[in-house]
Amino acid sequence: MARLSINIRKLSLVAVIVPLLVLLIYVALRSGPLALVPVTVTTVEDIAVSPSLFGVGTIGARYTYRIGPTIPGRIKNVNVHIGDRVKAGQLLGEMDPVDLDDRVAAQDAAIRRAGSAVLAAEAHERDTLARFNYSDTQAQRYEKLLQSQSVSEEAVESRRQERDVAWAGLASARANLEAVRQELLAARADREGVIKQRVSLRLFSPVNGLVTARNADPGTTAVAGQAVVELINPESVWINVRFNQLDSSGLRPGLQARIVLRSKASQILPGRVLLVEPLADAVTEEILAKVVFDDVPEPLPPVGELAEVSVGLPGLAPLPVVPNASVHRVNGAKGVWVTGDGGIRFAPVKLGATDPDGRVQVLDGLSAGDEVVVYSQKALNARSRVRIVERLPGVSK
Amino acid sequence: MINLAGRDIMHSWGKFVFTGLGLGLLIGVTLTMAGVYRGMIDDAKALLDNSGADLWVVQKDTLGPYAESSSLYDDVYRSILGMSGVARAANTTYLTMQVHHGESDVRAMVVGVVPGGPGEPGQPGYLVDGRHITRGHYEAVADMATGFRTGDRIRIRRNDYTVVGLTRRMVSSGGDPMVFIPLRDAQEAQFLKDNDAIVGQRRRTEANPAFNIPAVPGLTDAVIASQGSNPYVNAVLVQIAPGYTPGEVADPIRRWLRLQVYTREQMEGILIGKLIATSSRQIGMFLVILAIVSAAIVAFIIYTLTLGKIREIAVLKLIGTRNRTIAMMILQQALGLGLIGFVVGRIAATFWAPYFPKYVLLEPLDSVRSLAAVLIICVMSSVLAIRAALRVDPAEAIGG
Repeated sequence: MARLSINIRKLSLVAVIVPLLVLLIYVALRSGPLALVPVTVTTVEDIAVSPSLFGVGTIGARYTYRIGPTIPGRIKNVNVHIGDRVKAGQLLGEMDPVDLDDRVAAQDAAIRRAGSAVLAAEAHERDTLARFNYSDTQAQRYEKLLQSQSVSEEAVESRRQERDVAWAGLASARANLEAVRQELLAARADREGVIKQRVSLRLFSPVNGLVTARNADPGTTAVAGQAVVELINPESVWINVRFNQLDSSGLRPGLQARIVLRSKASQILPGRVLLVEPLADAVTEEILAKVVFDDVPEPLPPVGELAEVSVGLPGLAPLPVVPNASVHRVNGAKGVWVTGDGGIRFAPVKLGATDPDGRVQVLDGLSAGDEVVVYSQKALNARSRVRIVERLPGVSK
Repeated sequence: MINLAGRDIMHSWGKFVFTGLGLGLLIGVTLTMAGVYRGMIDDAKALLDNSGADLWVVQKDTLGPYAESSSLYDDVYRSILGMSGVARAANTTYLTMQVHHGESDVRAMVVGVVPGGPGEPGQPGYLVDGRHITRGHYEAVADMATGFRTGDRIRIRRNDYTVVGLTRRMVSSGGDPMVFIPLRDAQEAQFLKDNDAIVGQRRRTEANPAFNIPAVPGLTDAVIASQGSNPYVNAVLVQIAPGYTPGEVADPIRRWLRLQVYTREQMEGILIGKLIATSSRQIGMFLVILAIVSAAIVAFIIYTLTLGKIREIAVLKLIGTRNRTIAMMILQQALGLGLIGFVVGRIAATFWAPYFPKYVLLEPLDSVRSLAAVLIICVMSSVLAIRAALRVDPAEAIGG
């Protein structure tokens, strides 16, 4: 009976100690240097990747019209408000003319005075002409009388002198007439100028557009060149997109684009690259491009709203492709961990294009069918012992 | 020869095993505390390892991006790339902030990296799920400790990001998980004011007569635009070319670009020596106290166990058992208790360590050292019990 009791105690002790030892061994193999690193693997395949560019831009307008006075002045009235649609030639506002209307009236008076002066000069010209004709006739008659010795030489000379004086008077009258005519023209031109100046104080829309800014209200003083009202042409809305210079080769006009407006994150709008600017941003290291909508959204998205733009580049020829998660840099060389022979080895690779889903071309160093490590529980090195698993622990899907 | 220790243990195995389990839990706490200390050191080293840099170029007279704020113009890296011995250089920003995920916030270190592909300076070293950042904006790779999953949408300041990849052990020196986002977004997030502040700033600028001159149209807009841009980064991470030593590359940068450059050793010194020094000393202090408490408790347990069987020891002495045999019995029991305690402690520490909010690193060498320390403590603790056992009068065996 006593022996049976001892055996039961022994068994109980063993039942406690053995699981403890098993657990210790499990712990040592799980967390120590002997632990295998769980990894997931994938097989390299020849795939044609389609790179894509992603950029952020702002809605803008190709044509913006800043309407304002060409001379300083005070704003008399502004007829439009932000958001108004206007037509070409519509009066948007007016500057205070101050004394321009008075100056037009003065010019009218000056023209009338000049017209009168012309009439007077014409009458004077006719008078001097009549005098000249009479003196000329007299002089010719005396010339004939002198030939017949009927008058003295002195009398003839006197008539000749009268004719010359009349001629000079006629020339003077004609010159005076021309001067007053020019004065009339000058007065008319002055009036035209003032009227044009007066017209320029009225702010007209040059196009059918949308008012985007009303920078001043009546009574405000505006300087020459200051925009009182700003317009855009809604049909010319585009997106000013910035693309990172890295991997942006291949960006060219005509490529299809997918546009997501910040205000409509769930809606993808089709578009295309209209132009790629010849000057890149040297500070931000970005290439600037303009992307237009295939169909301008209605209502028009606000100018300045952010938009995310993805531009698909042409597909490339099939090449071995690996996920970019499998690529590492070891001792300065890019490569992947290749499985085989019960272990792993680092294979340096030369990489090509990447698509937005993270697949990267391998130009050299791997071939289709190779098995590479994609994810690992911790950073790998040449001495790492790995255990291939379907999914890493703790990573749910 | 009869093994008295074994016989005694067998006699009261339940008491012995449960005492060992209790002791084991105490040892487990001590091991965990040591693991927390190691974890803090490892967090600091992980931060440096994860950056993938050989040199850290930061603002002059600062301690770099981790210990002190540093601000550099973001075009400085081009000058650094032109220096001899520099293989790769990349801008980076670090900012610990709240990252919004649904209704909850996660405190994380947001790292701005140049999306130049895996293996570049600043990029996460390895992934456990998803992929690296491929787009220049609004994508994120997050550490698993954030609790995010691939495909989640997170919000950093006013922008939404899609989590495209997950990493592990990418933490700040304080143990905050990292979230990697494209550099341009990080620059914006780091210096972006909230909308109310921006509106207020615009109003102040417009009210300032120096920036709002009627005769200079557009001046105010230009000033406001300049206030909204951020051409700064926190550091430039440099990888050196083969054949160069860090010192050879760092010296010309310090001299000609007039910037502060730290090597790996220097940065480690800053992180471990300055940043987490107080915390680690505190943890170390707790560790020492726990070790002393553990030793005292082991001594008390063995002493109590010995006193519990003092009558049996007296009987042994009465029948002529040698003192050495009795001493060995107590010593073996103490060592057995220590071994069970260590095994239980090591197992317990391994199983509960992942649930700690801070990283707990249980190093194998620490375990070996702990085992040796436990055995030494057990031997020393048994001395008191052995002394008490040997002083027992055999007459007590038949006394009342």
